Amino acid sequence: MAVTKSRPLSPHLSVYKMTITMAMSIIHRITGAALYVGTVLLAIWLLAAATSPEAFATVQALWGSILGRLVLLGYTWALVHHALGGLRHFIWDSGAGFGPERLTFARLTLVGSIIITLALWALGYWVR
Amino acid sequence: MVELTLPKNSRMVEGKVWPKPQGAKRLTEFRIYRYDPDGENNPRVDTYYVDRDDCGPMVLDGIIWIKSKIDPTLTFRRSCREGICGSCAMNIDGLNTLACTKGMDEVAHPIRIYPLPHMPVIKDLVPDLTNFYAQHASIEPWLHTSTPAPEKEWKQSREDREKLDGLYECILCASCSTSCPSYWWNGDRYLGPATLLQAYRWLIDSRDEATGERLDRLEDPFRLYRCHTIMNCANTCPKGLNPAKAIAEIKKMMVERRV
Repeated sequence: MAVTKSRPLSPHLSVYKMTITMAMSIIHRITGAALYVGTVLLAIWLLAAATSPEAFATVQALWGSILGRLVLLGYTWALVHHALGGLRHFIWDSGAGFGPERLTFARLTLVGSIIITLALWALGYWVR
Repeated sequence: MVELTLPKNSRMVEGKVWPKPQGAKRLTEFRIYRYDPDGENNPRVDTYYVDRDDCGPMVLDGIIWIKSKIDPTLTFRRSCREGICGSCAMNIDGLNTLACTKGMDEVAHPIRIYPLPHMPVIKDLVPDLTNFYAQHASIEPWLHTSTPAPEKEWKQSREDREKLDGLYECILCASCSTSCPSYWWNGDRYLGPATLLQAYRWLIDSRDEATGERLDRLEDPFRLYRCHTIMNCANTCPKGLNPAKAIAEIKKMMVERRV
């Protein structure tokens, strides 16, 4: 029997139930991409420090503004979440972490990243 | 490649609401994906009502009831009705599973049913599994030996036989492969969880003598390494198997044979 027209594609993302392991995988990708932007921010800050006191003061003021701090807070979280995700992959590479504990791992990545981020910022403000 | 939306000819529209069965006391609503290859229309989602006092408890019982009592054109695959043939795999309540082993009261109502995700649809709930089967065949899922065959059978110790537990039970229903976003985006080159679990089943079979060649054929950025441990496969397998773990073991074998 000849196929006379192309068959439709069955629905996928729009109907599939989001699972926590799937969500953590997607966030791992997004935070990985966000790290590129965050690293550029860090590089600009270092470049300014190497250029002149005025340039450094400008960047320092920008990065230190409310908006700047919010972005840096996001960068910290992306970095921590991606690092914890990396640890998870490291454990998986040894062949462990595939049982029911995979759900705990995923939850720990999310909760852990938020707690560590807040702790880092609290530490930052405390030593300032 | 990642696709966030469906192609134009695949977008679903609201379908027909079929009349409720008369005199029924307990009704369960079904919303089922329909596609008619003989017409020109896009797929649609039809609404049916099942009389629960006249019907068995499983989702498969429900759609068989619809087919025999309401709409004989509703098309789906089914055979054994006891979770061993793998024919009735479909997306029920957002997860891939076998309609015959999923109870109607185990899922949210109305019960939403779609074909296995990101597959070409032949009709209604029947996806085209040609590529899936070809991928399974490509790993040569049979015993490879070079030593002369023994007089009776190839022997295996109890311990070696136990290594096949959790692998040989796979019924190739395709639930796992079609739950995997990596398989959705790269199903033409990535072998997918079901085929890789089968590949591992032969890799660790103590009687098989082609382990090296099997690994050679899998060592590829797409065939094996598109697995990013999303674990939808392990979350969805209706037989409770763990393809993600099997894939991790293959990746480990790749490393171990280098050191």
